[in-house]
Amino acid sequence: MRLLLIFISAAVVNNFVLSYFLGICPFLGVTGRLKSAFGMGLATTFVMTLTGGITWVVYHLILVRFGVPFLQYVAYILVIASLVQVIEMFIRKSNPSLYRALGIYLPLITTNCAILGLALFATLRDYGFLQSLVYGFGAGVGFTFVMLIMAGIREELDLADVPKPFQGAAITLILAGLLALAFMGFSGLIYA
Amino acid sequence: MKTSWQLYLDLVKGLWRENPVFRLLLGMCPTLAVTTTALQGFTMGMAVVFVLILSGVVISSFRKFIPHQVRIATFTIIIATFVTITDLTLAATFPPMSKALGPYVPLIVVNCIILGRMEAFTSKQPVSRSFMDALGMGLGFTLTLIILGSIRELLSSGAVFGYQILTTQAAGGWFRPWVIMILPPGAFITLGILLGIINTFSRKS
Repeated sequence: MRLLLIFISAAVVNNFVLSYFLGICPFLGVTGRLKSAFGMGLATTFVMTLTGGITWVVYHLILVRFGVPFLQYVAYILVIASLVQVIEMFIRKSNPSLYRALGIYLPLITTNCAILGLALFATLRDYGFLQSLVYGFGAGVGFTFVMLIMAGIREELDLADVPKPFQGAAITLILAGLLALAFMGFSGLIYA
Repeated sequence: MKTSWQLYLDLVKGLWRENPVFRLLLGMCPTLAVTTTALQGFTMGMAVVFVLILSGVVISSFRKFIPHQVRIATFTIIIATFVTITDLTLAATFPPMSKALGPYVPLIVVNCIILGRMEAFTSKQPVSRSFMDALGMGLGFTLTLIILGSIRELLSSGAVFGYQILTTQAAGGWFRPWVIMILPPGAFITLGILLGIINTFSRKS
């Protein structure tokens, strides 16, 4: 039950993009088209889930064991960078069309603050291994969810008459604000 | 050519023409997250300046020795080290501010401004130019944070940097604070409108 709560909380109630302001760069950059948003969301979810699990292992079984918990940031970012590198190589070998579709976005996942953010949060809240995994998965699902919504809106927006200075990032941010407002409606959902 | 005019340009471009947030659209995450008050924005900006300059100087000094293949990983480790130092220093010297900024100080590690500048500029330029570029970008970022923070703080509590400017209704005045400004929607909408306004003026020139 607690796992379900963690999942819903990460995905919707405390959505990483709309509540914690993480993952804004891909949110602004990749939401022009539904297809790229979905691909990015999927890849990010995959990385996030794995990150949740692996960083737990690194922190509790390595950093704490050797008495160097302050090396957290260095260790985590190395884990994330390596993970993304390995996944990139794997996708390139196993599914070349997907690799070409994701293009530059795959290595960009490394600098996605949401991934490091979720690792830090999970460590801060002292989640267990399974909880960290679910937390990562929930965060990824929430991220993908919001990416899809924003991409859908922006595709519709192509037909609207947005003033020139506001096209692109500005209108997306304002839309994100309205979305964040809507998502605040979820805040009573979990008594946590 | 390393003239002092060139160095001056490197410094100044980060403030407006290539302002990391408004023009390069980098470093959005902390911009939205820590600007609930102007002081928080200022502190975060200073932390980023610190990390930018130190990482920039180190990376620029060693740029001839870092193999091309592993450059991103190397940059990241160097940046992460300085961020760790910054985070621990901040927690030790200003605990309440450190708590307020929370996880966003360690998230400087993945701040696209730092990695982006290292990759695009610092790793290819001599130390003097890298230093100026880092300083300029950092100050430009701080400026942005202060502007955004001031707007949000002013509208959500009537104060800027703690100095009460508008008297709230609770204190007998007329101003009704806009609570939304502290919340995420307020941040998004404020930045969006600000960006739109700035784009309007940039297009004219």
